[in-house]
Amino acid sequence: MTTPHCRVTTAWGPPGGPVPVPANGPRWAGLAQGIKPGPGSGSAQPRALLQPSRAATMVHWSAEEKQLIASVWGRVSVEECGAEALARLLIVYPWTQRFFASFGNLSSPTAVLGNPKVQAHGKKVLTSFGEAVKNLDSIKNTFSQLSELHCDKLHVDPENFRLLGDILVVVLAAHFGKDFTPDCQAAWQKLVRVVAHALARKYH
Amino acid sequence: MLTGEDKKLLQQTWGKLGGAEEEVGADALWRMFHSYPPTKTYFPHFDMSQGSDQVRGHGKKVMAALSNAVKNLDNLSQALSELSNLHAYNLRVDPVNFKFLSQCLQVTLATRLGKEYSPEVHSAVDKFMSAVASVLAEKYR
Repeated sequence: MTTPHCRVTTAWGPPGGPVPVPANGPRWAGLAQGIKPGPGSGSAQPRALLQPSRAATMVHWSAEEKQLIASVWGRVSVEECGAEALARLLIVYPWTQRFFASFGNLSSPTAVLGNPKVQAHGKKVLTSFGEAVKNLDSIKNTFSQLSELHCDKLHVDPENFRLLGDILVVVLAAHFGKDFTPDCQAAWQKLVRVVAHALARKYH
Repeated sequence: MLTGEDKKLLQQTWGKLGGAEEEVGADALWRMFHSYPPTKTYFPHFDMSQGSDQVRGHGKKVMAALSNAVKNLDNLSQALSELSNLHAYNLRVDPVNFKFLSQCLQVTLATRLGKEYSPEVHSAVDKFMSAVASVLAEKYR
C-alpha cells in the first residue's frame, strides 16, 4: 500500500507498514521523563519508526502537558474510571446504547452502573486509551487499526468518541477534585480530542 | 426534555453551591478560555491573566443568569428571552461555543461535588445546558 500524497519528501518507512521496535529499544522521542510505565508497557506490539519528516504533521505536546497527563494517568484506576466513563456515556447520552444491544439491562442509571458487561467493556476501552498516554507522539499510528475497526466492523459515528472523551474528563474532574486544575483539564481536553481524531482518521 | 426528576436534581445541585456561584462561574469561564482558546476571540478587550477581575466579573454574570434559569425551569424561553435577543442580535456567539461552556461548567461542578456529581446529576446538568443553549440560539435566524 502506498500513500498517494506525501507532504514530505523523505521516506515514510518500509512499505510493509510499521516496523517492530526491539523491546529494549529507544523510547519514543519526546516522551517526558518520569512517566510511570503503565500496565502492559512491556508488550512487544509493533510500532512505527518515528521519522523526522513526520514532525510537521505530529501533534505537539509541551513538557508540561505531558507531565500533567502522566501524573493524572498514574493515579487513575483504569478499571473504575473506564467503567464509570462508559456507564455515564450510556446514561447521559442514552442513544449511545444503540451499540450495546447485547449488554442486557441498561434500563436505568442503576442498571447501567451495575451491569458487568458495561464494566468490563469500560475497562477495555480505557485500557486502550492508555495506549495513547504511553504513545503521545504517535497516537495516529497507535489507533490506526482501531479506527478501521470502528468504521468497518462496529459502524460507530465518530461523534461518539468526542462524547466519551468529554465524559472521561468529567469523570477525572469528579475523581481528582481541585487537583484537576484548569491546566490539567486543558491538557486532557487536548488528549481526548487527539484520540477522537485518530479514531476517526481511517473512516471512509 | 427536562423531567421532573431532572429539575429537582438541578435545584438541589445549585443549592449545594452555597453562595459560591461567583467562583463557580469564574472557574468555568477561565477553564473554557484555557481549554478552548478560540472562545477568547469573543473577548478581545478582556485581561485574560489568571484571576482577572474581568473574567471573574463575567463569570459571575453568566452564573447568575444560569442560576436564574434554574429557578425558572418550567419556562426557560421566557426567563432567558432577553439574553436570547442579546446573543442573536448583539453577541452572535457561534452556538458551538455553548457546548464548550457546558463542558467546563460540568468539570467545575464535578471538581467541587466529587461523588455527588452522580451520573443522574451529570445527565440533568448536561440536558439543562443543552436546553439553555437552544434558547440562546433560538433567534439566530
